[in-house]
Amino acid sequence: MTARIGVVTFPGSLDDRDTQRAIRLAGAEPVALWHKDKDLHQVDAVVLCGGFSYGDYLRAGAIARFSPVMETLIEQAKAGLPVLGICNGFQILTEAHLLPGTMLRNDHLHFICRDQKLRVENAETSWTTDYTAGQEIHIPLKNNDGQYVADEYTLDKLEAEGRVAFRYLDFNPNGSQRDIAGVTNEAGNVVGLMPHPEHAVEPLIGTGRTDGLPFFTSILKKLVNA
Amino acid sequence: MSRTPLDTVEHAAATPDVELPWAELGLKKDEYERVVEILGRRPTGAELAMYSVMWSEHCSYKSSKVHLRQFGEKAPQSDALLVGIGENAGVVDVGQGYAVTFKVESHNHPSYVEPYQGAATGVGGIVRDIIAMGARPVAVVDPLRFGAADHPDTKRVLPGVVAGIGGYGNCLGLPNIGGEVVFDACYQGNPLVNAGAIGVMRHEDIHLAKASGAGNKVILYGARTGGDGIGGASILASETFDDAKPSKRPAVQVGDPFQEKLLIECTLEAFKEKLVVGIQDLGAAGLSCATSELASNGSGGMRVTLDDVPLRDSTLSPEEILMSESQERMCAVVEPDKVDRFLEICDKWDVIATVIGEVTDGDRLEIFWHGGKIVDVDPRTVAHDGPVYERPYARPEWQDALQADDANKLPRPETSEELREQVLKLVASPNQASKSWITSQYDHFVQGNTVLAQPEDSGMIRVDEESGLGVAIATDGNGRYAKLDPYHGAQLALAEAYRNVATTGAKPLAVSDCLNFGSPEDPAVMWQFAEAVRGLADACQQLGTPVTGGNVSLYNQTGEVAIHPTPVVAVLGVIDDVARRTPVAFQEEGQLLYLLGDTREEFGGSAWSQVVHDHLGGLPPQVDLERERLLAEILISASRDGMIDSAHDLSDGGLIQAVVESALLGGKGARLIVPDGLDAFTFLLSESAGRAVVAVPRSEEVRFNDMCGARGLPVTRIGVVDGDTVDIQGEFTLTLEELRTAHEGTIPALLA
Repeated sequence: MTARIGVVTFPGSLDDRDTQRAIRLAGAEPVALWHKDKDLHQVDAVVLCGGFSYGDYLRAGAIARFSPVMETLIEQAKAGLPVLGICNGFQILTEAHLLPGTMLRNDHLHFICRDQKLRVENAETSWTTDYTAGQEIHIPLKNNDGQYVADEYTLDKLEAEGRVAFRYLDFNPNGSQRDIAGVTNEAGNVVGLMPHPEHAVEPLIGTGRTDGLPFFTSILKKLVNA
Repeated sequence: MSRTPLDTVEHAAATPDVELPWAELGLKKDEYERVVEILGRRPTGAELAMYSVMWSEHCSYKSSKVHLRQFGEKAPQSDALLVGIGENAGVVDVGQGYAVTFKVESHNHPSYVEPYQGAATGVGGIVRDIIAMGARPVAVVDPLRFGAADHPDTKRVLPGVVAGIGGYGNCLGLPNIGGEVVFDACYQGNPLVNAGAIGVMRHEDIHLAKASGAGNKVILYGARTGGDGIGGASILASETFDDAKPSKRPAVQVGDPFQEKLLIECTLEAFKEKLVVGIQDLGAAGLSCATSELASNGSGGMRVTLDDVPLRDSTLSPEEILMSESQERMCAVVEPDKVDRFLEICDKWDVIATVIGEVTDGDRLEIFWHGGKIVDVDPRTVAHDGPVYERPYARPEWQDALQADDANKLPRPETSEELREQVLKLVASPNQASKSWITSQYDHFVQGNTVLAQPEDSGMIRVDEESGLGVAIATDGNGRYAKLDPYHGAQLALAEAYRNVATTGAKPLAVSDCLNFGSPEDPAVMWQFAEAVRGLADACQQLGTPVTGGNVSLYNQTGEVAIHPTPVVAVLGVIDDVARRTPVAFQEEGQLLYLLGDTREEFGGSAWSQVVHDHLGGLPPQVDLERERLLAEILISASRDGMIDSAHDLSDGGLIQAVVESALLGGKGARLIVPDGLDAFTFLLSESAGRAVVAVPRSEEVRFNDMCGARGLPVTRIGVVDGDTVDIQGEFTLTLEELRTAHEGTIPALLA
């Protein structure tokens, strides 16, 4: 038995097919979900992938958050459905208030595409159990609006509760507060990060590293063993 | 407010003496008279609008056509060519049932006026050409040329262009995998913003721009039509037809990549369901171009109701609607019983789609507005039978003096210390420095198939996940070489792109080009153009790589001063298994470095002559296309059989530039020995063509040497991958750290 993992396509989603490939390479079954369809088609988990949903107009993720599919997703995420938000997906999750904080434009005001070093701070979320806490990994990063910000109280709380899931190492590529690259909700089922694990799943392709594959094997193991 | 009566065909016939602003629209007197002769009456305003844009240099190639014919006449026999010159883009068979379409175009003038939107819409336009062939776009490349790196206007133009390319391409989800960035004072005021794209499809999915089958519907879909990008239409609008409306229209179009992304997805879905008979994107000349080309390439005529075109600005005149270059629009021809499904798919993607006309069984293109017929033409006369000029051309009188000013006679470094300083200066010079500040603003990873991206010798994309089939693309051009000798300069551009593709392990298959020149009305420029085209056509014939399409950009000059003649050549290659690709970076210490090819004293047009002496003179490096072909075969075989672990083509900056790049990318240094018969200066800095440097694992040394020996390719062992310095034995040593600082610091310091 394998797990069925949904990938939502919004107008302007870019990494939907890449994410489906990563899910497939991890051994799970990818299921295409459509933004206008409220039905999640009984998937066991959902990935909100990268891209420029609705052209990033108004604010990255601000319009997608109100899509029909998000109604169901928000409800089920609160009930424990594992959800991973990558880049634009992370922005949508913060807009939907499933994750705290928000993303501003990169502090240097340029789009940046690079092989980014990260530290896995929390290896106990639904999406990170195949890492070890403190593990250093390289994952491609590519965005315009990746500067993670939150108020001091929230940041302190996140740190205290171990909810900073990933931190930028060596170089903070966008001015994110406390080098935060990704966070998790309290329950650990909803995780968001700016770097793109689905672009680090095959040798030879992209940076040639496979440091992103454990995201997808972690969730698969969790779902299959559940 | 009174409005002039609608200028219908009937009205035009009845009022032969009405003066039309043909001169303001850019038509010459004899061209206008030709229109009158074709129609047998004066044109209506709408017809004049169509002829004027379609007969412009940009759309009709009227100055270049007589020369461009050579690409067809001299085309080598190639089984790989599925669609040649004349369609939106050429299509090449890459095996396993896959076809690849690719093309390079220019967006030079708009990018100077408005860098961000000019460059952005350049990407948008080339990508629509790719979609129009039936392919999913899989990558873009951007060959860029700017004025001197430290000129204040470069700081205005370059960041905008780069942000525009990134802003549009990143949002479309297309990895940017290659291109060039070149600085030269000659591009001051005339930056060259060329854009290339590649698309992949199955053979059976190839679509063409033609409207056939009477009764089939013509559907305009995508963005609404607005007043942007109307060249001379403001003159038509304000002086002749109606003076009670906004007359200042932006000449540069404004792009919306989000709309284009939807257009890609919805078009591909319609293709997948076989709903489309013919398709054309709307680029230059907008609806004038799309309707006249679709109609003239098909079997019938076409009737269009312009009132049905969705507008962004309801005050637009029919002439303006016909000339508008609003972006993100396409035109499809669909059988009547498939129209509903087509519209449904557009609706799914929130794309506006409207039936604006139908294919008729006649041979006329008829366009209606408010019930009146405002266009009634033979579409061929608009789209294909434009004027053709045999512009006078003459070798400029300064050419001899330029070639006599021999760069080989320039003072050379006299000591090792001086040579070291010049090398360091060279690798830090804007043209030779790392461009990662620029390329890091482009997404390389999206779509998850990028095998190689800049600064590799060519970009490489995986086409098939199962078999590992891939395609590679490289674009190259060297305006300095072409200025010294346009014929050989164009051949050197081709040779370099061809070599770059082979260096990564791919077999070169086909060529697209973007020919950037000054004014065709200057006989000297026209000579440069004629020579470059002749050189390129001859070289393509010899290398067996047909030209599949491309673009000509003329009038790149300010006053009397033209840019260097700059033919930019893109070569597309195929690789059976991307796992066999060869990267630039040194992989392992202890591997042996070999120089392939012959090194001569060739400094004409070289980076050294520019950086150290600010000099341009003499002759460019010799061209030996048979040698290029042999070198390519060796590089491809060595890659396929695992004999080399890294390879880098030698071009501007010579051997030392290549070794420094391989060392910095791999984080591993090299020890080099100057071979017998060469002095250190020539060894390190000559720009002889037909060369590459490769790193061979010790276990493969015998096999590799045997192969080169058997095939007759000169090969010289020049050193070893080693340590954290680049050490030229007996001459000088540079640490990777100082090289990195020099190589990577320049561009951010100038532009960030």
